Amino acid sequence: MSIVLNTLAGLGAFVRENLIGLGYATRMFLAIMRRSAFLFKRPRLVTDQVHFVGNYSFVIIAVSGLFVGFVLGLQGYYTLNRYGSEQALGLLVALSLTRELGPVITALLFAGRAGTSLTAEIGLMKAGEQLTAMEMMAVDPLGRVIAPRLWAGIISMPILATIFTAVGVLGGYLVGVPLIGVDSGAFWSQMQGGVDLFSDIGNGLIKSMVFGVAVTFIALYQGYESKPTPEGVSQATTRTVVISSLSVLALDFLLTAMMFSN
Amino acid sequence: MRKSAIDVWVGIFVAIGLLAALFLALKVGNMNAVSFAPTYKISARFDNIGGLKPRAPVKSAGVVVGRIANISFDDKTYQATVVMTIEDSFKFPKDSSAKILTSGLLGEQYVNLEPGGSEDVLKNGSKIDITQSAIILEKVIGQFLFKSAEEKAQGDKKE
Repeated sequence: MSIVLNTLAGLGAFVRENLIGLGYATRMFLAIMRRSAFLFKRPRLVTDQVHFVGNYSFVIIAVSGLFVGFVLGLQGYYTLNRYGSEQALGLLVALSLTRELGPVITALLFAGRAGTSLTAEIGLMKAGEQLTAMEMMAVDPLGRVIAPRLWAGIISMPILATIFTAVGVLGGYLVGVPLIGVDSGAFWSQMQGGVDLFSDIGNGLIKSMVFGVAVTFIALYQGYESKPTPEGVSQATTRTVVISSLSVLALDFLLTAMMFSN
Repeated sequence: MRKSAIDVWVGIFVAIGLLAALFLALKVGNMNAVSFAPTYKISARFDNIGGLKPRAPVKSAGVVVGRIANISFDDKTYQATVVMTIEDSFKFPKDSSAKILTSGLLGEQYVNLEPGGSEDVLKNGSKIDITQSAIILEKVIGQFLFKSAEEKAQGDKKE
């Protein structure tokens, strides 16, 4: 009997804790949004963070995009070749990159490359009581530290996803046309015939913006709420990667169902 | 000095992003197909539209002159009403006919406008009266099989 009761109590505590966390996170997000207006007066704070999360992620994003494009070109060719329609290679590469792979892989890489360092940075600031010191000096850490990083993530993610997609299409072209020998004209014209500016490229961009908000906010929240100990920071960094990867994939399913279901 | 160096790098990063977006819009997407030229709407009724979809092209002599705006079902006549937007610069005679064709064997379906001989032109809200439905492959194959079976039966009788 006591086992059942304990299990039930544990379940209830688990649900309650998660609900509290969700509510607290929502309140924190709104608080950050409210404090963001002053960033227009000090845009340099955001620029510095774009440099940190955006520029430093450029190389990993561009190189991954190139190789994903290569692989798509090869695999797509082998599959399409069976049905004698290898001219559609350009369309296959472009559609899969603009709709899915571009935003999703960029978000996963971004969570690993930029999200973790944001969590560790904020977590160490908290462990070193720098955030508390700021509050003592009447500087609001949510506005001064968190808000510029969140906006830098929201700005950088769509740019990085666009770069990933463009480099990926070029990679698919390099493998498909010069290496395998698909007709260059058919490659581009089929692509242009099938990829829609708004419903494919535009929706991909919207996806990457949503992912940017999700990944950056999760990273900052985990850092801000981490236990101020070395283990606490390391656990928070791990949680950042796990939670943001899962939520990117779940959000991707939701967004795809909403956007491409007609 | 350090600050301005960071600004340059961020600027380069954003510029590369914009270039990538431009590449996607112009080279990957169909930027050319998105035109903001003024258009007029005409409609046509078809017995069967096959796999025609909204935003499919409307062509005449193979050139894209407009797009399908809307497809709906009319439960009075049991036909499909297809509304097309045609670019203002292209005028068609009032007795033009519309056909649903397929580009290639497995390609997308589109509406082909064939001009008639009338002096009057189609205006916003006009209707096209002469239409030809999409060719449904199963139907054609079915008819072909039926016909060949019939011919065979007649041949057997003669013998």
